[in-house]
Amino acid sequence: MNAFARTDTSILGRWWWTVDRWSIAAIALLIAFGMMLTLAASPPVADRLGYEPFHFVRRQLGYLPLALAVLFGVSLMSPRGIRRLAIAGFLVALAALAATFVFGAEVKGARRWLNLGSVSIQPSEFIKPTFIVVTAWLFSMREGMAPEAGRNAAIALYALVVGLLLLQPDVGMAVVVSAVWFTQFFIAGLPLAWVGAFIALGLAGAVGAYFALPHVASRVDRFLDPSSGDTYQVMRSMEAFMNGGALGRGPGEGTVKAVLPDAHTDFIFAVAAEEFGLFACLIIAGLFAFVVLRGISRVMQDSSLFVMLAATGLLVQFGLQALINMASTLRLMPTKGMTLPFISYGGSSLVAVAFGVGMVLALTRRRVGQEGAV
Amino acid sequence: MIGRHPLHTARKRQQRETSPALEIGRNRLLFTGAMLAAAFAVVALRLVDVTVLKGGDEPAIARSAAPTELRTGRADIVDRNGVLLATSLKTASLYADPAIVLDPKEAAAKLSRVLPQLGEAAIAAKLKSDRRFVWLQRHLTPRQQYAVNRLGVPGLNFQTEERRVYPGGPLAAHVLGHTDIDNRGLAGVERQFDEELRAREKPLRLTVDLRVQHILHEQLERAMRAFHAIGAAGVVMDVTNGEIVGMVSLPDFDPNLPTAIDADSRFNRATLGVYEMGSTFKIFTTAMALDAGVVSMSGGYDATDPIRVARFVIRDYHAKRRWLSVPEIFMYSSNIGTAKMALDVGPAEQRAFLSRIGMLRGSPIEIAEVGQPLVPNRWREINAMTISFGHGLAISPMQLVAGVGAMVNGGVLYPPTLIRNESGSARAGKRVISARTSDQIRRLMRLVVEHGTGNKADAQGYLVGGKTGTAEKVMGRRYKAKALMSSFIAAFPMNAPRYVVFAMLDEPSGNKETFGYATGGWVAAPVVRETIARIAPLLGVRPVDEQAPEIRRHVAVDVVTEKSGKRRLASF
Repeated sequence: MNAFARTDTSILGRWWWTVDRWSIAAIALLIAFGMMLTLAASPPVADRLGYEPFHFVRRQLGYLPLALAVLFGVSLMSPRGIRRLAIAGFLVALAALAATFVFGAEVKGARRWLNLGSVSIQPSEFIKPTFIVVTAWLFSMREGMAPEAGRNAAIALYALVVGLLLLQPDVGMAVVVSAVWFTQFFIAGLPLAWVGAFIALGLAGAVGAYFALPHVASRVDRFLDPSSGDTYQVMRSMEAFMNGGALGRGPGEGTVKAVLPDAHTDFIFAVAAEEFGLFACLIIAGLFAFVVLRGISRVMQDSSLFVMLAATGLLVQFGLQALINMASTLRLMPTKGMTLPFISYGGSSLVAVAFGVGMVLALTRRRVGQEGAV
Repeated sequence: MIGRHPLHTARKRQQRETSPALEIGRNRLLFTGAMLAAAFAVVALRLVDVTVLKGGDEPAIARSAAPTELRTGRADIVDRNGVLLATSLKTASLYADPAIVLDPKEAAAKLSRVLPQLGEAAIAAKLKSDRRFVWLQRHLTPRQQYAVNRLGVPGLNFQTEERRVYPGGPLAAHVLGHTDIDNRGLAGVERQFDEELRAREKPLRLTVDLRVQHILHEQLERAMRAFHAIGAAGVVMDVTNGEIVGMVSLPDFDPNLPTAIDADSRFNRATLGVYEMGSTFKIFTTAMALDAGVVSMSGGYDATDPIRVARFVIRDYHAKRRWLSVPEIFMYSSNIGTAKMALDVGPAEQRAFLSRIGMLRGSPIEIAEVGQPLVPNRWREINAMTISFGHGLAISPMQLVAGVGAMVNGGVLYPPTLIRNESGSARAGKRVISARTSDQIRRLMRLVVEHGTGNKADAQGYLVGGKTGTAEKVMGRRYKAKALMSSFIAAFPMNAPRYVVFAMLDEPSGNKETFGYATGGWVAAPVVRETIARIAPLLGVRPVDEQAPEIRRHVAVDVVTEKSGKRRLASF
């Protein structure tokens, strides 16, 4: 691995010696697992939908170079570059999100997708990482000239973004964005009294969503009482875990992928469990935990509040998405259509995740003398 | 070089001082990290719980649902001697997952060589369907299964199933009934005891004796062919407890081939069909009159002229045109005498008596195919008279057999049963006539066989007693003159009856041997004779010397031929 000499001061050379190579290794493993599991889980789904068996594999492989390019390209940037990119990206994504209300394609009762020629993108996937960085920037302003203005702007933007997400409706995404935003606010020094108030507000919001949105209520009901409705996917998922046992049934020996409509996306973890068993699942979960916790430990020593807030926000979002997916599949919480980062099929999601993780890698690079920080 | 930048120096100062905001941020970051680590730990624990410890609470539901779904065992059915009547065999059923079949046309071509009855085009159509599961052939033989396996066609699979097998074929068809392809009982005992057969492990023991069943079946079939009858029915019942030892209805079916059963074969003439039984009913009328005391064995009625009531005329088939004593009325099967007997008892009494012996309700026999009797709404004198000789009230043969059993066994009615009582305790009966009346009925029935219309039923040595029954079939609202329901009901041995034997032919035509007669005495009585002669040794009834004095004492009857009682024809 000594492609670069210590004295190499080219862009690549500096990148290699400052980036967190352990995280890169973990991410590379996750991507490898993802391709392997897409290969395992998606052919039966493609078959059911009338595509040729490797339809999804091909598409995912097509997105992979783009995702890797984004990941690598973004990780080359300085924190200041990240900030600028995120602000620009946020404005574009916000405009795209607004556009879904006008031009959006309706899928399963929600307008979340924009069709651009042959590809369709989900703007809310790109809102998440950029909004996190923008929020970090606004919260870290207090160190500078106008702390109050930054905080107020952060609150206003939050209201706007969550409002748009709820209008889509995309409650799950709104919850994740809220949780990450709150974490950032918390780390930025939110007074403890306010913390309590926000938690109360969050609970009230959750209860309100239960009563105001029928599909949320139905999902929670089915979680609490499986006999109250259709819990087919989760039940099959649980069977897959039991079938898998410690060592799995072996590659290609799974059966759950033949019956689960979302085997290649939301329930890919169940396919992994059935074919590769407990240890493979523990490795995947461990890799996610490793990336998140290692990132957090690295920014802990950082002296820039912006870097700390932005990286933490991105890592919490990454970790939360993985946790929610795994917990849904394991019936630890009501099902929430959320992909497993790097593992589930989905081009838009893969590129968005690569974008977010690329920013994390950029922010967690060792900076001598903090050059480039805000 | 960058270090000279003024902003940079400011930041360096900041770093050294470690601002309080950054300090709070680090502490809270630590907390956030700890929370995330805890969440990942929970997921990891749950993973172990679900995969290895099988702690998934939900599949417990699936587990509890599985046994009822997978349960295929169905208890055997055996006859009273333990001979197998119905059992379940494990078979393999062939199904396909069309999504896995690579080339439906090729697979269909291969399969049709092994299972030609399916048809290549039909197989190909099934294999091309969008479904994930199609049955191709249920219940393959092991040889067929081997042949299909040898084809090596992917997507074909076997499911282990059970198939109901009846080794006796049609022998006890209407007793056993049959099951459908999923082993659900659809008729007979299979249907009535469907739940129990699924639940029990020990075989269900019936009262029928396969040997008796076979003999009865053979005799009825022979008579049906000889007299070109459209159907036949026969029953053998143990009069001491109501157990049905044999029950046959013809035409019948092979329960091994349930899809090939037509409606006529399915119809159980012994229990589901209700018919006007004709003169066999005179047994009940006579017993009723004797038991009520309105007439004695030496008493009688004037049968010189036919009775005219409204537009009906009641006349005798073997008219004697004189006063007849009770034994004569019974022996010559006088409608006039019997009708007068019933009038003496009264319509209300008659109705109560027939109700007591189970003629007005469906038979309690334990199969689903039980016909309800056709009972007149208003029971007037004219009804009383016609019913007295078996017209105007339609009952099933099973009801008749049970009732006659009570008339000859000492007067106790046992509900007929097909299920052997494993506990060994005696079955409960209900007294319906006195032992003395029963004794008199036995003598009268023996008289009919010895000297009356039933002499063709006389199986030598077994002291057979009986009564003929010939009724014109009701077609729509009128009687069909040439369509007869000819029957004979018998009991043996008459000194201490053990079994009732009933035989009936549906629309028989007389032949040369019967001089064109198709009445019960000509066509049904021989069936009874042959049946008794063959089953009595199997059932442990010893033949006796019918003329021995100790036997005569039990079956002889004084027949008075004149009202004064002076002229005695003979002591039969």
